[in-house]
Amino acid sequence: MIENKSIESRIRISVIHIIVILLGILCFFPLWNVVCISFSSSLAVSGNRVGVWPVEFTLSAYKIILEDAQFWRSFGISVFRVVVALAINITTTVLLAYPLSKSKYEFKGRDIYMNLLLFAMLFSGGMIPNYMLIKNLHLLNTVWALILPGSVTTFNVILVMNFFIGIPKSIEEAAVIDGANPFFILLKIFIPCSKPVLATVALFSIVWNWNDFFGGLIYMTKIRNYPLMTYVQSLNINIAELVRGGAGAEALKDAMAVSNKNLNAAKIVVAVVPLLFIYPLLQKYLISGMVLGAVKE
Amino acid sequence: MKQIAMSKQTGKRQRKWVSQTYYHIMMMPGMILLLIFSYIPMTGIIMAFQNFVPAKGISGSKWVGLKHFKELFSNRDITLLIRNTLTIALGKIVLGTLVAIIFAILLNEIRVRWLKKSVQTIVYLPHFLSWVILASVVSNLFNLDGMVNSLLSGLGLEKANFLGSNSLFQPLLIGTDVWKEFGYNSIVYLAAITAVDPNLHEAAAVDGASWWRRVWHVTLPAMLPIIMMMAAINVTGILNGGFDQVYNLYSPKVYETGDILDTYVYRVGLINREYGFGTAVGLFKSVVGMVLMLSVNWLSKKTTRRSIF
Repeated sequence: MIENKSIESRIRISVIHIIVILLGILCFFPLWNVVCISFSSSLAVSGNRVGVWPVEFTLSAYKIILEDAQFWRSFGISVFRVVVALAINITTTVLLAYPLSKSKYEFKGRDIYMNLLLFAMLFSGGMIPNYMLIKNLHLLNTVWALILPGSVTTFNVILVMNFFIGIPKSIEEAAVIDGANPFFILLKIFIPCSKPVLATVALFSIVWNWNDFFGGLIYMTKIRNYPLMTYVQSLNINIAELVRGGAGAEALKDAMAVSNKNLNAAKIVVAVVPLLFIYPLLQKYLISGMVLGAVKE
Repeated sequence: MKQIAMSKQTGKRQRKWVSQTYYHIMMMPGMILLLIFSYIPMTGIIMAFQNFVPAKGISGSKWVGLKHFKELFSNRDITLLIRNTLTIALGKIVLGTLVAIIFAILLNEIRVRWLKKSVQTIVYLPHFLSWVILASVVSNLFNLDGMVNSLLSGLGLEKANFLGSNSLFQPLLIGTDVWKEFGYNSIVYLAAITAVDPNLHEAAAVDGASWWRRVWHVTLPAMLPIIMMMAAINVTGILNGGFDQVYNLYSPKVYETGDILDTYVYRVGLINREYGFGTAVGLFKSVVGMVLMLSVNWLSKKTTRRSIF
């Protein structure tokens, strides 16, 4: 790289560094602030004294959460949902992607199936017909209302299908000659070859199912059945509703039961921690997956 | 010899036939789920033409023809809703793309590896967090006694009610969405930049082109295909506007500028239980969305010989 080290280019490089670092801080600070609030005393929080470090450090908010039975119930529902949805998503996606990776001569009817999948991506009945279906199937207030509707994602199927198409034909042909059936080929040849793309799809599924609050909002009528995000969201609204409903400054201060603020912050932190555990994987696979998808297509 | 060849061929054909059966069996679980959870709800759009009463079901409810659609288009709300949805979505697309591209260009100049890596780790993070979480973070910062207002009053400026003012709510939505997504969106652009042939840069530098000119004449043109493709993909979501974000931040005070099609369907259809009307609004959105996707795909095929899906 030719780089004339003139004063101008040095200034430019420094300015770029400063901007990039500032953007990093801009992304980090709001999140870090919530962590600090969760560890600060409610007095410090209500006085707006918490900035980049906890003030009057305390674990009291976390102690309250430990005893909040509903929080852990919802946490458990979310974990169950993520695990079961992951199993179903990966199974159906792989089973759909493999036959679809064949040409229409190798697999008669391939294009019909493909078009059915594409149309489901293009058009949907909408929020209310979906709700009616879940209601008629008597799935309201069950975790299956959260798991099943999103279990087949056309986008993921296409992603895996494209990856399968890229696997050399010769490997498969050798297995066919040895008399292996398609299930065996898929399990022993295609799946082991496709770990990166399967990791991408798995992570998509985990993040989406962990973060989704809308399913719980419309399909659960009882709080005890809420997944974690819906539960956390219902807490936000209770306070925020009053704040935004146009309550006066005084009423607003009273309503914001001050301790709630750091309690909520702690709930948010606990709800995010599981994602932080898989964040290194997210960075590795989702990001390389995204670049692959965009550049290859 | 001939016989062996023939039996080999029938063997091959037979195997092919067996494979076909296996393929169909493999398709079954996914297709059944798709049928139940995507295709059966599609038949529910019939409700858009009925005064739907759940107890009576689709067969027992009264037909009203196009009543809901007439109501929808004569309603002043719909223009407002569409305007809000489009403004918010377009703002997010345009500003989000711009910031992501600029950030990618700047990030590419950072030569200190650990700094680059740490900044990337931080800016990608908000993308993976739910709006439930981030809405709480945002209102914590932007409410009347939040940090942003403390800062404003510290600078001697007037406090602003970002969450409760119709003029500030849309900028808040757009700004916070750009904040959440710019890092993640920059990934594809960064990939496009690193794919640029370094010789081009060197040649331009030898010719005395300044950094700015090199960015403008070498880097950006090389990124253009990706920029176009991302723009096309984004446009298809233009009627979405972001339910999760809006729902978690808005309030009746800012319905005038903050209410979008999805939040409206939710309130009218599921909270007020006007099922027929809600379905009609949803159907309108689905149809327009589908037409947009198909046209963008057609356009992309025409111009770049590459379809999006």
